[in-house]
Amino acid sequence: MAEQISTANAWPAHPADLIPAGRKRLGWGLLAIATLGLLAIIVVQILYKTEMSTVGFDTWRPVVYAYILWGAALGAWQVLTRGEDGQRALFLLPALLFTIAMVIFPTLFGFYIALTDWNLSSFSGRRFNGLDNFWQMLADPYYRNALLNMVLYVLAVLVEYVIAFGLALLLNAQIRARKFFRVVFLLPLMLSPVAVSWMVGKSLMEYRFGPAATLARHLGWDNPAFFSDPITARISIMMLDAWTFIPFMMIMLLAGLQAMSREVLEAARVDGATAWQTFWQVTFPLMLPVSVTAVILRIIFKLKLADIIITLTSGGPGGATDSVSSFIYREYRDRSNVGYGTMLAMAYLVIIIVFVTWLLKFASRFVRNVN
Amino acid sequence: MSVQTTDYTVSEIRSRAAFIASRVFIYGALIFWAFVCLFPIYWTITTSFKSAVDVTQGHLIPFVDFTPDWKGWRSLGLSPDSIFQTSTVRDEFLKRFMNSVITSVGASSLAIIIGSLAAYGLVRYRYKFAWFKNEDISFFFLSQLILPPVVLALPFLVLYREVALLDTRIGLVLLYTLMVLPIVIWIMRDQFNSIPVELEEAALVDGLSIWGAFFRIVMPIALPGMVAAFILAMVLCWNEYFFAALLTSTDAKTIPVMVASQTGSQGINWWSMAALATAAIAPLAIIGIALERYLIMGMTAGSVK
Repeated sequence: MAEQISTANAWPAHPADLIPAGRKRLGWGLLAIATLGLLAIIVVQILYKTEMSTVGFDTWRPVVYAYILWGAALGAWQVLTRGEDGQRALFLLPALLFTIAMVIFPTLFGFYIALTDWNLSSFSGRRFNGLDNFWQMLADPYYRNALLNMVLYVLAVLVEYVIAFGLALLLNAQIRARKFFRVVFLLPLMLSPVAVSWMVGKSLMEYRFGPAATLARHLGWDNPAFFSDPITARISIMMLDAWTFIPFMMIMLLAGLQAMSREVLEAARVDGATAWQTFWQVTFPLMLPVSVTAVILRIIFKLKLADIIITLTSGGPGGATDSVSSFIYREYRDRSNVGYGTMLAMAYLVIIIVFVTWLLKFASRFVRNVN
Repeated sequence: MSVQTTDYTVSEIRSRAAFIASRVFIYGALIFWAFVCLFPIYWTITTSFKSAVDVTQGHLIPFVDFTPDWKGWRSLGLSPDSIFQTSTVRDEFLKRFMNSVITSVGASSLAIIIGSLAAYGLVRYRYKFAWFKNEDISFFFLSQLILPPVVLALPFLVLYREVALLDTRIGLVLLYTLMVLPIVIWIMRDQFNSIPVELEEAALVDGLSIWGAFFRIVMPIALPGMVAAFILAMVLCWNEYFFAALLTSTDAKTIPVMVASQTGSQGINWWSMAALATAAIAPLAIIGIALERYLIMGMTAGSVK
């Protein structure tokens, strides 16, 4: 948190507050005490936990409190030593300290766990084993399968996009009861995926009595088992997930359509373009930036897909529907294999970061070319 | 002259036919999708009033196909005849329900507070922490969005055990705050951007401090955006299952975890399952219908310029 310059870009700076030296000293003193206190508690706790001393706390929770106090002292230090600039920094500090504590530390810790052989159900405890987990991961056919499934699930976003665009166009047409339809179309997004997978996946699509199965029989599908063979099971999962998340894309696209200027469409109509031409040559290109945003956000949510699979199929049949998240979840829940599971998760994180970075680059070029 | 007239009529008829066809198509599609959206909800609600036979025979319409009964709700202790009796299931349900309410409201509030402050700072001031400028800080916050829960779940399992936050509501609140913070910052940045700077300048000239201007001038204007962000955060937290399933066991279990763990020894009691699912989705469905405007505002923030 070394140097922080805030030049008042929004309005002319106030005459630099003249901060008395005493106040500055107070600020520095406060920060020094807080930092020393935090470090002292950490050291005491480490010594206690490694059984090198008998003084300490049962849990690490005092360290959390110490961190919060340290954060407060940091804020006070900013205000005391830097005046108005410090007050400005105060806006950002809580979120920053919170996120750093909640993300950076656990992620680094996660990388350490990933390099250990640690099974919560065995007595031997944690043991450092280097890259063993990594090699095991490369040879794991189920993990590879889960990654492949993620590719398929992400590709399904394109179908969802087409449906969402269609619905947005419908809602944007001259219709009655638009508000009613909008609320109804939005509803699936509000429902808990777990409740949905029970009531839709396990009940509505039940093989014997589910109305969806009955309907499928009427339509000529003799054996409507939605979750028994790998391909149908995957499609069923995709459909359920699409059902909950299509409204999300639909709303974004609808907002895009409503923001489009009427004159352009009017001009196209006057020039004698058919509805089909107007859509492909005017509406679609103008909607491209919104579309790209919607699809990327949806892909990001898709990469977290887990709830539905965990409750509905537990990855079955034979791991065919597993997403990476649900696979790791079971690795922990069924086998308590924390070390290996974390390695899988960290590998997934790296893959996601690379993929999303590429996606953003690709998308920005895409959007710019059109404009 | 007459030829022209008939021509005109023919084309008018054709365009009228096309118009009607397009109307039929549009309303057909709308009604079809409304059915797709509503039928599962209808099925859930009606199933909570069915007995075993009605479920297995796939009866659909109450009073015609089957006689509705409070069976599902009685098993939850929430039917009219059992509501005043003691019921362990109801106590359990209410406990889970309160857990869900506390964690989702708590996390959303915390995220709104620290998220709005950060968003305001990022929009109005220039920061430079070491070599991180505003854009980098914004990117740092927003990039948390791509972090999949599974990456944090196992480290948090271990860390929470160490700091005695496992199976506590505070532990869940902290995680959920982290989960929705990027979205809140995204929405609020958009909100604050749309407020003219002149308002704050005037406030500062009148002698308010920076924080005074924020609380007395900016916040009231940005309130609708805050409501939007709050509701979106509520939806995400209420429906969250992954962290809750891993990090809670007895005390802090939330509604989705309770729903997911409803497998009895002799199959599934569909009526009570349906009643539970209805109770789990009802609060959000009501909020969604009542405050739909804010939800849409939240979801479309920043996507349309």
